[in-house]
Amino acid sequence: MVSKRPHTRKPAALSGAFAPGDPVRVAKRPVLGHCRTPWYLRGKPGVVAAVYGRFRNPEQLAYHKPGLPALVLYKVRFAQGDLWGRYAGPAGDHLEADIYEHWLEPIT
Amino acid sequence: MHDHDHDDHDDDDHGHGHAHPHAPPQKDHDAGPAGAYEVLEEAIRSLLIEKGVLTGQEIAAQVDLMDSRSPALGAKVVARAWADPAFKRRLLEDARAALAELGIDIGTLAEFRTVENTAKVHNVIVCTLCSCYPKMLLGVPPAWYKSLAYRSRTVVDPRGVLAEFGVELPKGVEVRVHDSTADLRYIVLPMRPKGTRDWSEEQLAALVTRDSMIGTALPAAPGKRTPSRKKAAA
Repeated sequence: MVSKRPHTRKPAALSGAFAPGDPVRVAKRPVLGHCRTPWYLRGKPGVVAAVYGRFRNPEQLAYHKPGLPALVLYKVRFAQGDLWGRYAGPAGDHLEADIYEHWLEPIT
Repeated sequence: MHDHDHDDHDDDDHGHGHAHPHAPPQKDHDAGPAGAYEVLEEAIRSLLIEKGVLTGQEIAAQVDLMDSRSPALGAKVVARAWADPAFKRRLLEDARAALAELGIDIGTLAEFRTVENTAKVHNVIVCTLCSCYPKMLLGVPPAWYKSLAYRSRTVVDPRGVLAEFGVELPKGVEVRVHDSTADLRYIVLPMRPKGTRDWSEEQLAALVTRDSMIGTALPAAPGKRTPSRKKAAA
């Protein structure tokens, strides 16, 4: 029923490849099986809003694997105008989602 | 208009007060044969117990724990944050520790973040992948939160969805959608309603609705739920 999903919260393990403010793009790749990166965000540009620390890889946990090494998880901010061809609301509207590091690419 | 064709209804016309027919008998939810998922759940549950992974008591205790959670718990947290700015800061910085101060253990399954509504930002929570929800503070999610319509439309047309909930926001207010895609659960800290200056935490909590903590509503206006009775009690 309830699967235990322990995670590490050691400050030393917090830092990853990206820092708040970094422009990033969500990788555009297909994946077989369980994945926590929504399709509608793949290939989309955003900005790192927060670094949440390391969490076990859900793509492995879903199949009873240890999910290690744990991945850095980021909160990424997307401008709604970048997500949808015809976003109806004002340009200031945003969407935030939590994305694991292996799905993020730097925008240079 | 009421053109139902229930068998039980044809003994009466609907125009006359107490002569209403009884409601058609409702079937018990378990009257039919068990569906595939029910069979699967029962099989897995019995296996887990037989193999000693879980006991029946542990399962019952978890069900009790979930049943003990309700939006009243979240409302208490919001009211404290409104009443105590230092608590609000701690809540926004480290929700787990702040909630522990109120004796609320959010468990180890997920991290918690509180997102604050301001005059410039209105937050709304969704989970497009499944139905992640801050259960440890709000209890079992409403059915609409898990619906495909809410989950898909909130990300692409949040203002349209909010309008259907009766929330119309000026264009100058940013709508910020939080898609709970991973290990964090979000709860919205709504704005404290005007006209509640010297209210007690109990009075404030009465204004905090479940939906206002999801972001699909604003807290009740103080005028609508008059505090006089509660004021006397406080």
